[in-house]
Amino acid sequence: MLRADGITVAYGRQRVLRAADLTVAPGVVTGLAGPSGCGKSTLARVLALLRRPDAGRLTVDGTEVRRWRHRASRDLRTRVALIFQQPRLAVDPRLTLREIAEEPFHATGRPVEDLADEVGLTPELLVRRPHEVSDGQLQRACVARALALRPRYVICDEMTTMLDASTQAHLVARLEAYRRETGAGVLAITHDEELLTRWTEPSGGPTVRMT
Amino acid sequence: MTSSLTVQNLSVRFRLPGATVHAVSDACFEVRRGECLALVGESGCGKSVMAHALMGLLPANATVAGSAWLRTEGAPPLDLLAAPEKVLARTVRGRRIGLVPQSPAAHLTPVRTARAQLAEALRELGNPASADELAARAGLDPAQLDRYPHQLSGGMAQRVVNAIALAGDPWLIVADEPTSGLDRPLVEATMTELRRLADDGRAVLLITHDLRAAERVADHIAVMYAGRVVSLAPAEEFFAGPRHPYAAGLLEALPSRGFVPIPGRPPELTDLPSGCAFRPRCDRSTAACSHLPEPGPVACHHPLEHHVAR
Ligand SMILES: Nc1ncnc2c1ncn2[C@@H]1O[C@H](COP(=O)(O)OP(=O)(O)OP(=O)(O)O)[C@@H](O)[C@H]1O
Ligand code: SF4
Ligand SMILES: [Mg+2]
Repeated sequence: MLRADGITVAYGRQRVLRAADLTVAPGVVTGLAGPSGCGKSTLARVLALLRRPDAGRLTVDGTEVRRWRHRASRDLRTRVALIFQQPRLAVDPRLTLREIAEEPFHATGRPVEDLADEVGLTPELLVRRPHEVSDGQLQRACVARALALRPRYVICDEMTTMLDASTQAHLVARLEAYRRETGAGVLAITHDEELLTRWTEPSGGPTVRMT
Repeated sequence: MTSSLTVQNLSVRFRLPGATVHAVSDACFEVRRGECLALVGESGCGKSVMAHALMGLLPANATVAGSAWLRTEGAPPLDLLAAPEKVLARTVRGRRIGLVPQSPAAHLTPVRTARAQLAEALRELGNPASADELAARAGLDPAQLDRYPHQLSGGMAQRVVNAIALAGDPWLIVADEPTSGLDRPLVEATMTELRRLADDGRAVLLITHDLRAAERVADHIAVMYAGRVVSLAPAEEFFAGPRHPYAAGLLEALPSRGFVPIPGRPPELTDLPSGCAFRPRCDRSTAACSHLPEPGPVACHHPLEHHVAR
């Protein structure tokens, strides 16, 4: 279980999360919906250990998180992967797509070509840098990167809002294959109700609605 | 004369070490005041590059061919592809054409508040309106204007860049994915806003992957595949049953329909197959498809037939 209890986060005087609770169970897709600006992305960052909450508790498979960001243990950090809404803000613009996708490996694991192929990136795209590819192509690289370390939990924060219907269906199918193969828990954050239904239904996971 | 933009045989190539990217090839379409044209297509098919070419915002490794005549009442026609950068900067960008960019957060300066960036756009374009008025028109609460970009949600950032695009009162709006990151009510609101701009007599070129959003506002739908416009049809006709096999596949991938991806993957734009670029993924392809189909409303050798709707 990935469990958040009573998470409160403020930016300056602006409180964006007030005692939010959420559980992501392994093996299923949990849906998270809510209006624009309600704090879904902030909660996603807390769940991925990227932001220390001002109050509340996060536990990953029973271990309470006490250190955040790069200070968190490698084991905990790599157990949760986050795929962002805006891939451009999530990558180092100087790296090639190959380097982005293999960044977390540091020369271990499977060849990056296999992962890239699974997300639908052709070899010629791997040598390009972010400004030389489209948003959708960059997001495919980010999905490859997120799955490279075989996380137990994958947080997808509006992962496909920038993408056409076919690419969306493809990447969701890729995450579903990963979930079935590894028993990972997936949090699908989206404001698209139709997508939410199609994505959560096969595993029978719950949908949480924020206000 | 109504103001219009006529794009003819627009092609864009990027030079990369050892390769050429055929990002846009022989694209033709037109938008006029009062109309909304939606340009849809799979990721990487050249939609954003097309928008950037029209605005003169392509990077240095790009070459452009064709023409894009911008006809504005009371001004001589201007070929956007041939006009010098100075002319584009002084008379076109922001004043005749407003660009609503994709990745709004990446377009805002991180160290300045939304208000400062709105005010600057207004000042540069000589618009006496206040940042608050402009923000309100784009659906923003003026109280949120004092935030820095990283403190804005995706939806709020989108509305800030929408507001900036309108600062110079342009007659043509080029909106590149204006709804990505917005929740459904905001998508609806943005679409209503775009439709209102068209009904008020502006022209709207909507670049989107969101077919449902396109259905809400567009009068015409252009579908791009591998840099080419392969289908151009009135919206109603399109949604009743697209005749191009690729367009049909795209519609069928929607979560509200089959939710099945089109098999295979988009082609490498550095190494396009000869003939119809959709051939490797198309279940209707025959030997004839190794020749490029005639450009036109349905660029296909074997279009789908549809029963006349209703
Ligand atoms: N500066 C560049 N140098 C080389 N190739 C580029 C450059 N910019 C874009 N491309 C390529 O041009 C093609 C079209 O890109 P574009 O950004 O227009 O796609 P798009 O249709 O907008 O996709 P998306 O829906 O993912 O935003 C892509 O194959 C991309 O990799
Ligand atoms: S021209 Fe041939 S390959 Fe291309 S879309 Fe039509 S049937 Fe398919
Ligand atoms: Mg784009």
